[in-house]
Amino acid sequence: MTATSSAGASMVVRTTAQAPLPGVWRVGWSRGRVELKSFFRERESVVFIFAMPAVMLVLLGAIFGGQGAGHGVSIGDLYVAGLIGGGVMATSYQNLGMSVAFERERFTLKRLRGTPMPAAAYFGGKIIQVLVAAVAEVTVLIAVGLAFYHLQLPTSLAVWWTFVWVFTLGVAACSLLGIAASSLPRSAARNAVAVITLPFVVLQFISGVYVPFFLVPMWLRDIASVFPLEWMCRGVRSVFVPQAIALEPGHSWAHGQTALVLLAWVGAGLVLCLKTFRWQSPQGR
Amino acid sequence: MNTSGPAVQAHGLRKSYGGVAAVAGIDLEIAPGEVFALLGPNGAGKTTTVEILEGYRGRDGGEVSVLGEDPQRAGPAWRARIGIVLQLAVDSPELTVAEMVGHFAGFYPSPRRPAEMIDMVGLTDKARSRIRTLSGGQLRRLDVALGLVGGPELLFLDEPTTGFDPAARRAFWAVIRSLSGGGVTVLLTTHYLDEAAELADRVAVIRDGVIVAEGPPASLGGRTSAAAVVSWQDHDAPRQEQTDEPTRVVAELAARYGGEVPGLTVTRPSLEDVYLELIGGQS
Repeated sequence: MTATSSAGASMVVRTTAQAPLPGVWRVGWSRGRVELKSFFRERESVVFIFAMPAVMLVLLGAIFGGQGAGHGVSIGDLYVAGLIGGGVMATSYQNLGMSVAFERERFTLKRLRGTPMPAAAYFGGKIIQVLVAAVAEVTVLIAVGLAFYHLQLPTSLAVWWTFVWVFTLGVAACSLLGIAASSLPRSAARNAVAVITLPFVVLQFISGVYVPFFLVPMWLRDIASVFPLEWMCRGVRSVFVPQAIALEPGHSWAHGQTALVLLAWVGAGLVLCLKTFRWQSPQGR
Repeated sequence: MNTSGPAVQAHGLRKSYGGVAAVAGIDLEIAPGEVFALLGPNGAGKTTTVEILEGYRGRDGGEVSVLGEDPQRAGPAWRARIGIVLQLAVDSPELTVAEMVGHFAGFYPSPRRPAEMIDMVGLTDKARSRIRTLSGGQLRRLDVALGLVGGPELLFLDEPTTGFDPAARRAFWAVIRSLSGGGVTVLLTTHYLDEAAELADRVAVIRDGVIVAEGPPASLGGRTSAAAVVSWQDHDAPRQEQTDEPTRVVAELAARYGGEVPGLTVTRPSLEDVYLELIGGQS
């Protein structure tokens, strides 16, 4: 025991009373900062999750945007609303589904579990990251809409309130579903795209993101109506394309039903997360 | 805090997976400030044992006390007193070394200075580099810094020097010695016998879920009393003799040669010989 380093030798066991643990808010905030840095520095997440909806909006709008859908609605308007819905789901469901799957596979979660970090701080950090990414995504999409598609921003506070609750419930439901979905792929690196992204792409085609909802066949609309994305898109359409009510099923925005379906998914997502969330892969022994 | 009792105590520890016993009745006692090494082939139950002590896994039977608490029930205040160095793949690739260590320091009530920890593992030059740019050995040293930044009383090291070059291993050993000199208890698992011999005050060899030998590395498995081999160079050929009384044999040889015995060596089984014997040729 001759070799010493001053740092190591000074690491003497504490015998006095412990200092209090850092509070959950402080640690959660610190998690949020680290999550945001990781998200916006990672090329994959910025390109495939953040930039994708904006690129799709520009592309789809350029190809189909000039056409009219009747009742004074342009296809471009419908795309702006649809891609805002899709963008919210990308930054919550897809983002968390992929990132938590990778964090589990890379033992990030296991390492965090071995520290005094409260579990609530981990999820708090995810909430901060998802909210910032989703708000930024919506802002970018609105900016594209204003620049290219004559998007009209609502002027009434009540309409903005609709947007706020649709956004909040949508983010909550999709985030919880994303965390639950992160447990599905056997290997994040090999299967996550198929298991997590593919269902999301399918939903975007049938829920009014890539294809205007009134063009989707009825039986597919019925399937889409089981999942949250269709209701999110419908809520966003009611905010930014109010004249499209004539194209809606039943000529109604069905706000009450929207809120109920999204709340039900928040509840179901929460139960799924509580039942399935693991800090380590089950095969890791 | 309980300073008088053992840092780690386990009695009759058992854990099965699907009816197959991974840990089949292990007793352990590690004193505060001791460096204890757990040796054994893959699948022997080493990792399961350590993960139960770390609080990552439940157990099927037995009693466990780590720093005076049951790891299965212990909370954040207990985790603030332990440090775990895992064998990891690249974690948080887009953060810098300094960001990562600083972030982890924020989880603990009285952390070490992050810059000091980075310096201690020799990553000061890389402090501002993204983690994805680190080499394998540098990543392992970052793992060590993250395990130490909370200022643990008990440190778990799982195969800590895998992927280190010889110089980095020696530097790492010096760090561990200085930690234990400062009163930190260390539980080490390793494949490297020289590492166990170098660092550990006591070694336990685990095989098929039970401990088959335990003791200081120098006397493990009865090394000090095992038969010795005396070998020397006769006129025409090398000769050797296995004996329980090497001193008598050497004295006889000295008398026979009238002084120096040509090419004389006396060897006892090396730690490696004993280890291979204990684990029955598995590796």
